[in-house]
Amino acid sequence: MYKYIIRRVLQAIPLLLIISVVLFLLMQASGDPLATLGGRRPPRAADRERLRRQWGLDQPVLVQYVYWLIGNDWTLVDRDGDGAPDEPGARKGVLRGDFGNSLVTRQPALEVITERIPNTLILTVTAEIVIIALSLMVGVYSAIKQYSLFDHIITGLSFIFYSMPIFWIALMLMYIFAVHLDLFPTVGMYDPVVGRTFGQVAWHLVLPVTSIALISIAGYSRFIRSTMLEVITSDYIRTARAKGLRERSVLYVHAFKNAALPLVTLIGLDMPTLLAGAVVTERIFAWPGMGRLFVDHLSRADFPVLMGLLMMISVSVVVFQLLTDIVYTWLDPRIRFN
Amino acid sequence: MATTADASARPVRLSRNETHTRSQSLSRLALRRFLRHRMALVGTFILLGILIYIVGGSIRFSEADANFNDTSISLNPPSPAHPFGTDRVGRDILIRTIYGGQISLLIGLFSVVVEVGLGTLVGALSGYYGGWIDSILMRIAEAMLSIPSLLLLVMAKFFSDKVPDIELLGRTLSGSVVVIILILGLTSWMYLARIVRSSFLSLRESEFVTAARALGATNARIILAHILPNTFAPIIVAATLGIASAILSESYISFLGLGVRPPTASWGNMLDGAYQFLESAPWLWIFPGLLVILTVLSINFVGDGLRDALDPRADKKI
Repeated sequence: MYKYIIRRVLQAIPLLLIISVVLFLLMQASGDPLATLGGRRPPRAADRERLRRQWGLDQPVLVQYVYWLIGNDWTLVDRDGDGAPDEPGARKGVLRGDFGNSLVTRQPALEVITERIPNTLILTVTAEIVIIALSLMVGVYSAIKQYSLFDHIITGLSFIFYSMPIFWIALMLMYIFAVHLDLFPTVGMYDPVVGRTFGQVAWHLVLPVTSIALISIAGYSRFIRSTMLEVITSDYIRTARAKGLRERSVLYVHAFKNAALPLVTLIGLDMPTLLAGAVVTERIFAWPGMGRLFVDHLSRADFPVLMGLLMMISVSVVVFQLLTDIVYTWLDPRIRFN
Repeated sequence: MATTADASARPVRLSRNETHTRSQSLSRLALRRFLRHRMALVGTFILLGILIYIVGGSIRFSEADANFNDTSISLNPPSPAHPFGTDRVGRDILIRTIYGGQISLLIGLFSVVVEVGLGTLVGALSGYYGGWIDSILMRIAEAMLSIPSLLLLVMAKFFSDKVPDIELLGRTLSGSVVVIILILGLTSWMYLARIVRSSFLSLRESEFVTAARALGATNARIILAHILPNTFAPIIVAATLGIASAILSESYISFLGLGVRPPTASWGNMLDGAYQFLESAPWLWIFPGLLVILTVLSINFVGDGLRDALDPRADKKI
């Protein structure tokens, strides 16, 4: 087991390096950060050239990648922008936890990102809890009552929600519950007058969480329904019934435990996407999370922040894949790693 | 003893119905299974209706009508003259949904063509040859799966204004349409490649492949003529469902303002910025959104029906 984990971690390192190279090259495509600098009062051409040299944007892409990865404090760079490399650089590189400074706010990119992480987690973790709880209930119930009216309604609804763009659900919910019925606030995370209290945030969470959850519940509950159906027809369930166990304990102890197993994989694969933030939901509900940060900084071509966000997500994809596999073996002893 | 002899002496007469069963081809059986899937039929009819809407509509109205703006009637609610209302610059939303639908369906179809082409190629090569080809291709697929989908937005933003406009079917399309098609196609082939690979892995060991090889068939012939046709069922199903998800993805990207560039309409970019008029002009986002849902829903139904029809043993999870 430990050998397996170590091997997987070692395999993940080259994978992440490849991903970082690909991302870095593609990020060159995100546009010229100097183009939007200064807004309505763009800097003079000479200043622009000086900044380009100071930020190291005049270097070849591969050199820029190396500086980004391991920093440039070991070599001489052109810090004053006079065209001659004469001072050692100040950047430490990603491997030493320095993602560079945001080109928009001049703060360290890592700081810009990490201050958004809690907001995104509040939204996505709440959504994930709602999704898992509800889809388990719905999925198991419609499996037990297969082909009942409830099952048919759920099947129909899950097809409909599964086909809906999330922004349409969000707009519709906002239109009905916030604009017309005035039950919930439309945008933001809390009322600035009241401040960031638990009640306020919970109140503002309802609509965004619902719009994220509706789509995922549709998919998840279908998945749980079919694994549950598979399990119900298996031999050991018949054995449990033959032993004279109560139907309730057959279903909820024997069947449910095994039916819920594949859900671990599904959640493990979904978590990183959730971490990426629900870009669209965050934009519509003006939720100050990572997804919105990404879209906002994308329009300014803020390379260090964008790259930092993408790398964080990639790392979490790889980590969650590994975690999922480990948890799965622990839950299901039939699976053995070689 | 006499009685049994008697009974066997009299031959049993079977009617023609009992002796002759009409043989049914595989495709006929599949068609029957498809027709029995009620929701798939409903989906097919809705899809036909939408096709008639976007094709027939474009005969009735020209694309100039779709882009004709008149700021004096901006943000007008639905009326007999403009059944779906007008948008911010006074363009008719009904006509824009017609032309936008053409773009959205075009993007859905062609990105799946790219997806299927690439996915089948990668899956077939790595499943058939195995070994280092398989390891390399599957590592690439794995890396692609780990790259966050946010990157799509970066690529869409950058390439959209780099490609010149193109002429197709008598329409001038924004080059961003091609960019979206390529981006969606190039980032979605991994799942299909895995399906094709696993079919190839099991089929290459089967007797008919051994027989073909014994007859001297080349690798290319075995792959194309012998194994590939046996993997059509899952490919067709995945492709159908792929169209639905491509249409959804396009609407997301365009909704964020990074997809198809105006004035070319798509169902997605008609919704861009519509949330600013959430309260004052709900017709801006209700109608294009409904069309997306209706289209995606019926494609999903058809896909589900096709899976039941072509691939009855398929693992049906969603």
